[in-house]
Amino acid sequence: MKSLEIALKCHRIIGGYGEGEALVSHEPICFYLTDPKTGMVRERTHELAGKNLADKVLVFPSGKASSVVQIDGLYKLASNNVAPRAMIVKDVETVLVVSAFIAKVPLVDKLEKDPFEVIRTGDFIKVDAEKGVVTITRQEVWHNRDVTS
Amino acid sequence: MYLTTKEERILNGEFGEGTRKAIELLVAIGDAYDAEKMIPIGRAHAASSGQEGDLYFVELLANGGARCKVPTSTNPVYDIEYFDRLFEVPKDEGEVARRVMEAYKRVGAILSWSCTPYMAENIPLYGETVAFSESSATPYVNSVIGARTNREAAQSALAAGVNGKTPEYGLHIKDNRKGTVLVKAEAALKDEFDYTLLGYYVGKRIDYGIPVFTGISRRPNTEELINFCAMSNTSGAVSMFYMPGFTVEASTVEEAFQGDTPGDKITVTDQELKQTYKELQTTSGKIDFVMLGCPHYTLKQIGEVARLLSGKKIHDDVSFWVCTSATTRILAERTGIVDVIDRAGGHVVVDTCIDEPCWIAYRDKVGMTDSPKCAYYRRFKEAIVARLKDCVEAAIEGRWG
Repeated sequence: MKSLEIALKCHRIIGGYGEGEALVSHEPICFYLTDPKTGMVRERTHELAGKNLADKVLVFPSGKASSVVQIDGLYKLASNNVAPRAMIVKDVETVLVVSAFIAKVPLVDKLEKDPFEVIRTGDFIKVDAEKGVVTITRQEVWHNRDVTS
Repeated sequence: MYLTTKEERILNGEFGEGTRKAIELLVAIGDAYDAEKMIPIGRAHAASSGQEGDLYFVELLANGGARCKVPTSTNPVYDIEYFDRLFEVPKDEGEVARRVMEAYKRVGAILSWSCTPYMAENIPLYGETVAFSESSATPYVNSVIGARTNREAAQSALAAGVNGKTPEYGLHIKDNRKGTVLVKAEAALKDEFDYTLLGYYVGKRIDYGIPVFTGISRRPNTEELINFCAMSNTSGAVSMFYMPGFTVEASTVEEAFQGDTPGDKITVTDQELKQTYKELQTTSGKIDFVMLGCPHYTLKQIGEVARLLSGKKIHDDVSFWVCTSATTRILAERTGIVDVIDRAGGHVVVDTCIDEPCWIAYRDKVGMTDSPKCAYYRRFKEAIVARLKDCVEAAIEGRWG
């Protein structure tokens, strides 16, 4: 049994390449409300509360909060090597672009399919912002194969 | 995005690494918004903040030899020497602030350290294309002055200042300056503090959007407009608003909506403002400090503080601060009102803001302010929000409520 792998076109905002496990958030994210040392989400009411952003490919609708805290938040995560490896968003705004630029995290939008329908937390994602391609590999298929083989 | 030959050459680094980094950021923003091209700007305001992300970018530009091409003013940081004499500012925090201020000097910015540069140090013109970050500044220059700016970050504004350009998107395009929500003002709106509450409430209600007001019966003054701008762009993201008859861009409600019907309608009565005020009364009793000047107080507001404090003495257990710009303080000194505040035991402090690490001594203290924005940052244990005259009375009594 083969793993399920699909490649989708996207729109590059901040260039570069990043890969890792997907972490999907349906709520906007404020990087200031994460632990700058570990990347853990501290915002208690957030759906990702207690989850860790470090080394993930983060899929979320948009950023939130004031420019100063948002930019400083992602910059601190990057300085401590616990920033996401890449980010896939739906609605982009100036502050999020600046945050990703300063933290050097690849950022893309306009995935040719709705990212919340095609990507699940735990999928393995490659974001090639330079080429404008996102590749999604469904881990559970691999897992099933391991079990049945 | 289309780039001119010159812009391509800047992007290739022919004019130095600093300008290259700056244009790279502008191109990324332009790409994000599918901007067609860059357009020239007349001036910029970088909301510098003395934080690490801010330091990284301004040093990147300064070390790469970038210089501001158009007048570019700066936001408050803090005077390390001044605060070192008062409190123990952590060494590493102080060092970040020192380096930020030095780097803005190297890029040739106007060292205004003011959050209301549109009052004196860097004033846009009607119809001028600018790049102004900072919560009160963005809506004020768009709406009260009628210049055009997007809701910039410190870094995108600085990058625009260095290149003298910004991508053409958002509020630089007439269609996007259309009102989105009709706000019927039935509240009395008697003073500056009512406009503070109005801004705080409207920002929270509409989040992103361009409110268009009806029912405002009297011309709001400068300070009332500043407060509305600061609060609505803190509790929400209001980059522009219309008060037809009092703001410049549309003379009627219809014009503000560019012929469309408003998507949403809200009504603000005295009841909503009263409720907003109630939510800001987080505690009562003994207070340790009063912090005014968020946004930076104007000469008129400092004069009002002096009038209220004249011949009085601030309680021994209360520290009393009024934040303003260096420009305003000079005028206040000349006018004699700084003396009055000094004699009462207060301080008029320049170049800083309530959201700076220099106030670390109050982290576990209870204070009072007339600015919900000041309370919003949670730098203090509690910050009760009330009218200026109540803040001054509490400072004299040493307690509130």
